[in-house]
Parts: sequence; structure tokens; C-alpha cells
Amino acid sequence: MIDFQTDPSRYHHWKLSFDGPVATLTMDVDPDAPLLGGYELKLNSYDLGVDIELADAVQRMRFEHPEVRAVLLRSARDNVFCAGANIRMLGKASHGHKVNFCKFTNETRLAIEDASAHSGQRYLAAISGSAAGGGYELALTADHIMLIDDRRSTVSLPELPLLAVLPGTGGLTRLTDKRRVRRDRADVFCTTEEGVRGKRAVEWRLVDELVPPSAWEERVRERALTMAGDGPAPTGLRLHPLRRTIGDARIDYDFVAVDLHRTERRATITIRGPAGIDGEGCDFWPLAMARQLDDAILHLRLNEPSLGLLVFRTKGDPARVLAIDAVLEARRDEWLIREIRLLLKRVFKRIDMTARSLVTLIEPGSCFAGTLCELAFAADRCVMHEAATMTLSSMNFGAYPMGNGLTRLQTRFLGEPESLDAAHATIGSALDADAADEHGLVTTTSDAIDWEDDVRMLLQERASFSADALTGLEANLRFAGPETMETRIFGRLTAWQNWIFQRPNAVGETGSLKRYGSGQRPDFDVERV
Amino acid sequence: MPDGSQIDFDGLIPNNVDLANDLRVRKALETWHPGYIDWWKQMGPEGFQENLVYLRTAVGVGSEGWARFGFVKMPEYRWGVLLAPQVEGRTIPFGAHKGEPAWQEVPGEYRAMLRRLLVIQGDTEPASVEQQRHLGATAPSLYDMRNLFQVNVEEGRHLWAMVYLLQKYFGRDGREEAEELLRRRSGDQDSPRMLGAFNERTPDWLSFFMFTFFTDRDGKMQLAALAQSGFDPLSRTCRFMLTEEAHHMFVGETGVQRVIQRTIDAMTAAGIDDPYDIPRVRALGVIDLPTLQKKANLHYSLTLDLFGNEISTNAANAFNAGIKGRYREDRLTDDHQLLSAQYPVLRLRDGAIIREDVPALSSLNMRLRDDFVDDTAAGIARWNRVLERTKFPFRVTLPHVAFNRRIGEFAAIHADPAGNILTPEQWAARRDEFLPTTEDNLFIASLMKPSLEKGAYAGWIAPPRIGIDNMPGDFEYVRIED
Repeated sequence: MIDFQTDPSRYHHWKLSFDGPVATLTMDVDPDAPLLGGYELKLNSYDLGVDIELADAVQRMRFEHPEVRAVLLRSARDNVFCAGANIRMLGKASHGHKVNFCKFTNETRLAIEDASAHSGQRYLAAISGSAAGGGYELALTADHIMLIDDRRSTVSLPELPLLAVLPGTGGLTRLTDKRRVRRDRADVFCTTEEGVRGKRAVEWRLVDELVPPSAWEERVRERALTMAGDGPAPTGLRLHPLRRTIGDARIDYDFVAVDLHRTERRATITIRGPAGIDGEGCDFWPLAMARQLDDAILHLRLNEPSLGLLVFRTKGDPARVLAIDAVLEARRDEWLIREIRLLLKRVFKRIDMTARSLVTLIEPGSCFAGTLCELAFAADRCVMHEAATMTLSSMNFGAYPMGNGLTRLQTRFLGEPESLDAAHATIGSALDADAADEHGLVTTTSDAIDWEDDVRMLLQERASFSADALTGLEANLRFAGPETMETRIFGRLTAWQNWIFQRPNAVGETGSLKRYGSGQRPDFDVERV
Repeated sequence: MPDGSQIDFDGLIPNNVDLANDLRVRKALETWHPGYIDWWKQMGPEGFQENLVYLRTAVGVGSEGWARFGFVKMPEYRWGVLLAPQVEGRTIPFGAHKGEPAWQEVPGEYRAMLRRLLVIQGDTEPASVEQQRHLGATAPSLYDMRNLFQVNVEEGRHLWAMVYLLQKYFGRDGREEAEELLRRRSGDQDSPRMLGAFNERTPDWLSFFMFTFFTDRDGKMQLAALAQSGFDPLSRTCRFMLTEEAHHMFVGETGVQRVIQRTIDAMTAAGIDDPYDIPRVRALGVIDLPTLQKKANLHYSLTLDLFGNEISTNAANAFNAGIKGRYREDRLTDDHQLLSAQYPVLRLRDGAIIREDVPALSSLNMRLRDDFVDDTAAGIARWNRVLERTKFPFRVTLPHVAFNRRIGEFAAIHADPAGNILTPEQWAARRDEFLPTTEDNLFIASLMKPSLEKGAYAGWIAPPRIGIDNMPGDFEYVRIED
């Protein structure tokens, strides 16, 4: 089982240290601790295990170290910053693992940028040695990239010439969208295996600053301190390990339970609403629930690939969810509340990005109110029982934007802005099934007599379709509206990457990933498709 | 390109590549030339630049009579571009393209790989000149000083050889790389040379002899592998460089031999039987054999690191591409493609050193290193012949390949010279038994006094058996006074 839970005392690959407002996140990958067997993580190359620790560190800094305002990303190795994703791992991994690995690493990099944009934790990448492929892509998440000018250190995206795949962890997209590198220069850069160093790297905006080795340490420290600037230094809280029991047919957390129906290829995720608005530290309901839901989703993605259908249910008192929402809204300027809102935003995005059919069932006794309504809007289908209610809160109108920059309701009502206003007018009112249907907030409603049959048929029909076609359909329908760098990363870059990952030129017996390291060149099918 | 049988001495740059009719490259090289001379004056041998030195200069590329000896001031040395003659109908000798006609132009798909190999090889040439630049001041004789300068000017010529290939075949990139080769500096914090061993200082003459014996031998192995290249201009360049490289091995091998000879002569004269009686031996003003062994341990292990990781994708790619072969590929009798062959590699497994079969393509670095070890062992045996003729039981030995490594499989562990794995504490406790200490280095440094009289030799080194170019013992190889 791949476990997404870790903490700094268990890290194999990263070192985290704190000095006032500056945190240093040092990559020091242990070659002998790969997540899967059969490869060594040489030269600070990474696999999913390395990235799980990175994601944990980024998240922990936001909650446990809100005093941090600048994060310095660097390598513990002399000659290499990071060599990117481990190629032998990619050569051995199943297609599904590769896709999930890419998705998670992309989510982690976006989380870094989210921390910079919204949590005031700005990132500084200090590249000494080569930053190749995923290594440079990691540096690209930073606000500022420093490159040592020792005439050896380079940045490169050698995926295409070396491996016949793409810089798929946001590399291509961040070059053009974030760093605004001219497209022909980006083309040259991405087809030059050895990369670019020195002045040209600055001229081409691949890095921000070039520093001679003699001034390196001092300049890095100065830059980190300048970046941190002055600001408040609140005290963080501890993110304790999740209480979790994993059984054959059920996974239990405090507020989240997952029932695994393997014959039906379905998992039901049930969220229990809050008991009140109390709860200390990381036991505060929205924070605890978000962490548990996030872990459950990641667990299902990686460890239960054949459960193609996720059903969301809730249980509890809608009034208590609304009370929590009121706190999240009223105290939004407090750092912890801000972080909880941002975490919820990311968890809902993770659900948007999950390649499973999502069905939300709104039943009597459920607590689809405010924040939890996002599960209804994230779903591909939402069915509401005639005796159930649904209540919107202001949180549904801005707190949780999707990757396209719009809320789920904005995206839902792209063609009917008046419906958005009408929905807004219902904030705080418990809508019955008819009202919810009338407002366009659910797909269908069902009465007590038909409920079980309607639900059964919906789920059975869904399970009978092609998994691939459903993934494609859902990914297209979920993200209407404008393109952002984020939607381009997932919708364009990784979609093409996943296509390339299926093609013989990459994964065939004589393809690039299979031949890599053997010394033999891949045999390419030259026909353009 | 002409076949290389004619050398043109008329222009600024002696050559057998018809520079007179290759305007673009001639202009590029003539533009590069002043920068090179500046570099030589700044970073080449310190002092003695205006002295006449008895140097050999290449005047032909055949095996017979290729060099001419004469007095020359080093900055006026005729550095040239000389390639071994073209072999009619030569084919690519190994790899995926085996049997196809050898490339006379750079194949586009291997451009980056070739350029990288040339730049790395090229970077080592000026680096060693820089490392050795202070040695003139403490030369143990005019004979040794001349040998040092001969090695230096030829390393300079080897830089020319690589720069010619960069300028001729790699356009703007090649010109930039050629400039960079003059800009990097051995040991400089801001722009060091590319490989670690070439940023270490060569502080004394014993280090110089060890360097030429061990590290230049790595250079020889690399050149021998590149001399097999399917890229014909590289092959021809390296074949001719190997002719010159032989002298560098000779300087190192005979240099250490003469140190050993002098030490045992002094011990015999003083009636010392125990080579390990270090204080008494040192009191004679000669280098004790255990310290010499420690110096060998150091230089050997540093040099092994230059072969890179035992298992290497880059090496596999370069072989399969037909760019870099094995040592003496032309004398090997396998299929020269190695697609299914295996090769035994020493590896670290669960804390033990074991031998493991690995695909032969991936283990080419290991193979070249094995060839180096064999070649080195033969040289060590010649050192030991000096000792075998005496009553002293001492023999110089090569440490285990796992000893004192920074790169490759054994970088993660400590091992003693016999290959026994040590804990970090054991290593810390015993390191000074294996490697030169500060005290050892200070002692060697204390012996480094110049001996510049004709025919005179410093007290720690024996005279050579025969002179360079058969010159008599009191020949003034470097004219110190006009």
C-alpha cells in the first residue's frame, strides 16, 4: 500500500530547518529508499515517495510554521540540484502509476505556488549543480530562481531528446505561461539535452539571477531574508497523525469513512458533519475533515485503481456545518482560518482532478450545507432524495475556486448567470428537493419509493461504461470556462504526456523508456499521428 | 579534408588539415590564438617563459621521426593542429553503426554527445598545466624542469587539438566552448575546471610524478578509447595525441623510479635495513618508501574517480553511438556491439563488495577502469624491479579499488587499501596509515629546493640513466643564464 501520511521525523529524502522567517527545504534523496522496488534514486532523482514527503513539508510549513515567509529550496548534493523523476522508475511503473504520479507531483507544485500566492510563504530556488527535467520543473514553482555561475551548473528540460517524453510536471506550461519564455527559445531549450547555463539562462528568463560561487551562500541568505521581509510571526499548531484504520472493506477516520464495494467497483465516502464548532488545533472539524478526505482520495487513487466510481454521502446536522462556515467566513483574516479555507480549496480541486466517476447522493439525515455542498457541485451526477435538504452558504460563492479560477457554481452556470444570482439569493435557506432541482443545483431528484432503484441503476450503468472513455468525458465536462496555467497543465500538458506514455515510441519494447540506460537507441515509429 | 600526410609550417598555426584553404576555421583559430597565448603567459609555467628550453616539436605524423628537438622559448612554441593520417576506407569499428563508413562530419543526432566529450577532454589539458605551474621554481634538475615544460607544452597542444575540433565542427557553440576552455581555472572557486581531480593542486615534484604516472594514464586510456571513434577527425586527433602522451607516462614512471633508487641508495650507504625506520631515512634527506606508498595510494584513488560511475548510461550511449570505444577496441575479438554481452562489475551489496554480471554496454566505465588498473600494475611492477634488485623486502602495491573513493559504487563506504570495509570511526583512526598526513606533505615540501646547476640533481632523486635525445649528463636542458 502506498501511504500518503508522513512527518519530518520519518522523511528519507528531505531536510527541513527553520531560522526565523526563513525555512530551508533541502533535497537529499536517499538512493536506497525507493517507494517501489528495483531502482535507485541516484542524483536526487525522485519518485512518488519523495514527492509525498515534499507535499507533506509544504503543507506542514503552512500550518505548523506560519512564521515562515520565505522557503529556500536547495540540494544537499554538490553537483546536482535535482535530476528529475527517476527514469528507471518510469520505465518499470504501470501506466496507471505514472499517470497518478504525474498528477500528484503537479498538485504538489501547484500547492507550492498556492502557498506563495495566498499564504505569504514565498519560495526561492537556489540551483547549484544541474537542475534537469523535473528538477528544473521543481525550481520553476519558485518565485525566484538563483543559479550558481560556476560554468557547470545548468538548467535543462531534456525529456524530449533524452527520453522521448515531455517535461510533464508543468515544465512546458510554466516556461511559456509563468516565465513568459519566447516560444522559439523554449523550443530550443526543450530540445537541447545539456540545457542552458550562465548568462543565456538569465537572458532567456529561465532563471532570475546568476551568482558567482564565491558570493553564493551569502547572496542566497540575503535573498531569502529580503524575500521574507517583515511580517507577523504567529505560532503554528501541530498536525498530528491521522487516526485511521484500514480494513479490507472499510477505511475509518474520525469524520470520514470509506466503504469499498469491490464487486460493484465502487467506493462510498461518507463524511460526518461536525459535532459543534469546538475542536482544538488540528481536531477542529473543517481541518480534520479536509485532511482525512484528502488522504482518502489519494488512497483510492493509488491503491484502489479498479474502484471506478466514488459515491459521496454526508451525515449530520446542516446547521452545524453552517455554523462552521460562519466562523470560516467571519474570521477569514486569521491565518489559521485562511489556511483551512485554502486546504479545503485544494482538497476539492483534488476531487475535481480525480479520474473516477463522482456521484453525490443527498439523502435524509445528510448535511449538505455550505462547504459540503461543494461535493455535490464537484460530482458528475448528483441525486437528491425528496425528503432531504440542501443549504448554500456564502462559502459556495468564492471560497473554493476550481483550477479554472471560477467557483463550481460559476462553472456550472456559465450559460445562465441568472441562475447563479438565484442560487445566491437562497443562502441560508434549507432547499427541499424541488427547490434544489428548480435552482439547477442537483441533477435529478427521486422519491422515497424510487430512490433505491434509481440510485442502483445509475451506479450500475456508470460501472458498465468504458473506464477510459468516462475519464475523458468527465475531464472535459468538469472544466468548462476559461483556461488558466493550471488547467493547461492538467488538460493539455498531462493529457498529451499520458498519450505519449501509451505510445510505443516511449513504452514499446524498443521505446525510449525501455531502452533508457541500455546504451541502445530507441527505434522510433516516424509516422506522425 | 587532405589526408594529413603533408604538414604546413608556413602559417601562424602549423597544421596538416589544410588550414590555408579553410578560411572559416583558420580565422576562428587565429582569433582564438591571442587568448591562448595570454592564457599561457598568465596560467602556464611561472617564470622561465623567456628561457630557452630544449623541447621537441612535432614535425610529422608518421611513426618514424615525428618530432624534432631544439631550443625554444615556451611562448614561441609552435603549437599546431596535427591529426594522424587518414586511413582509406575506414569504417565505424563498433556500436550500432558498426561497418558503416566512418563519419567525416558530425552526425546531427550525436552532436551534443560529441561536443560534451570534446569539452570534458579539452578541459583537462589546460587544467594540468595550471596545476603544475609553480613547479619550475623547485625543479630538482634542469633535466626534470625540461621534462615538466615538455609535458606542459604538449598538454597545451592537446588543448589546440580539441579546440580545432570544436571550431571546425561545432559552429558558434564550438567557438563559445573554446573560449570557455581558456576561462575556467584549476582550483578557482568561481570557475573551476570540470573534473574534481583537476582542481587539486600539484604542490611538489613527487605529486607531479605521481600525477603523470596515474592521472595522465587515465588521459591515455580515455584518448585510446576516443581514438577508436567512428567520428574520424576525433579518432585521428586522438591517435596522434597518444604518440605524445607516451612521454608523459615516461616522465612519471621514471621519476618515481629515480626517487625509489635514490632512497635505497641512501639507505644502503647509511646502513639502514628497515624501510619503516622513517625518522632515520628522512634524516638522510630522501623520501621514505612508506610515504611514497601513501602518495601512490592517494593519486591512484583520485584517478580512479575520473572513470566515473561503474554503471553508466552515458558511456553506454557513447559506445552504442559509435563515438567512444573501448581501450584497444581494434584488438578485441567480440562482436563490438555488446547488445547481449555481460561484464563483471564490483558492486556494493548489503555492505559487502561482490562481483556481479551487468550488461556489458552499461559497464564500459568499469571495463576501461579495469584496463587502467592492469596498465598501472605493469608500471608498478617496473618500480618494484628497482626494489627487487636490493635486499629490502619493501614493494609498492596498488590499493583496492574501493579505497578512498568519492565517486561510484564505493563512495558510500570506507575501505582500507586491502579492500576491507571500515566503519567511519575505524577510518578516522587509521586514515593516516594510508594517506599522506600534513606532516608527510611538509616533509616532502621541505625537500623541494631547486637544483639548477648543469648535471646536478637534488638529493632526493637519482639522475636518469640516459638523457633526453641522448644528450650527455651535463647537458643544459634549460638555459638559465644567457
